[in-house]
Amino acid sequence: MSSNPGTSMPAETTLLVASLIDAGTAAIRANADALGELDRAIGDGDHGVNMVRGFSAIAEAREAIRALPLSSALEEMGKLLVMNVGGASGPLYGSLLLAMGRAAAGGNASAGKMLEEGIAAVKKRGRSDRGEKTMLDVLIPVQLALAQACAEGVAVRDAIERVKRAAREGLESTRPLLATKGRASYLRERSIGHLDPGACSSSLLVHAACDAFLESTKP
Amino acid sequence: MVRQMVGREVRVAHCGGNPEGGLGTNVAAIKHCIEQVYGPKGVAVLVDLGGAETNSEMAIEMLPKEWQANIVVCSAPVVEGAVMAATEAAGGSSLAKVRATAEEMFR
Repeated sequence: MSSNPGTSMPAETTLLVASLIDAGTAAIRANADALGELDRAIGDGDHGVNMVRGFSAIAEAREAIRALPLSSALEEMGKLLVMNVGGASGPLYGSLLLAMGRAAAGGNASAGKMLEEGIAAVKKRGRSDRGEKTMLDVLIPVQLALAQACAEGVAVRDAIERVKRAAREGLESTRPLLATKGRASYLRERSIGHLDPGACSSSLLVHAACDAFLESTKP
Repeated sequence: MVRQMVGREVRVAHCGGNPEGGLGTNVAAIKHCIEQVYGPKGVAVLVDLGGAETNSEMAIEMLPKEWQANIVVCSAPVVEGAVMAATEAAGGSSLAKVRATAEEMFR
């Protein structure tokens, strides 16, 4: 493992970061063809390969990233997505992670707060909001479910279940929607009836992050 | 085509393709192009589809703060817009005028 003299990270942080990278990369690679199929239906078909390219760059830098504090690790992952994805999802996912990393910088931000900041950055970057058949249709309900679970003080496992359900339902909610953003919007009514590929990769990554979080907290 | 219209009076750089050379966009390449042509009068960026616009905005944000206000993404077709913008710029016009010219006939 690459060393980080003077500021060795707490073991749980490096474990979480490594788990996030592994789970995210595995989820994207395992579903690359499915993401490509969804994108071929309403876009240009490159979402799968683009995301694989981005996550492969992250996987390659795994050892260096896991030595960083969580905030810098997220920012580094965001930068790698920006530089490697090669489509609109690069800056969108990049902005998400960069903003989450910045929110985490103080060390006191909750996952919910980080996600809130990340979503604000995605909205700004994509000039988009919920209901436009995009990744926000997954991320926003996920953030709301997380905030609700935290407010109710439910057990971690239950919170994770709620977050995963919100992601699945959010993804499914994109099917009847009319796309008004991105390449899919050129299809107008013909975009209706298809899942949004960006919402799908978001749902996959939310599930992967949930699993990675559970994995890293195992005794 | 831009060179035919304005020769070498106006600095022009172009890029396309994803980081592996396939269809798509590449933030680093866009940033590099802007750096190559940047000057006190600013830079007008022409893009095609959505991903290119998003990636260009990202590239601009990665450049020095004092440059950023001096770089605009024009909402104009890439070929026609580039020719119009370059022709306007060759006459010494401001960035705002260059952008308006590129955009005006496509509104």
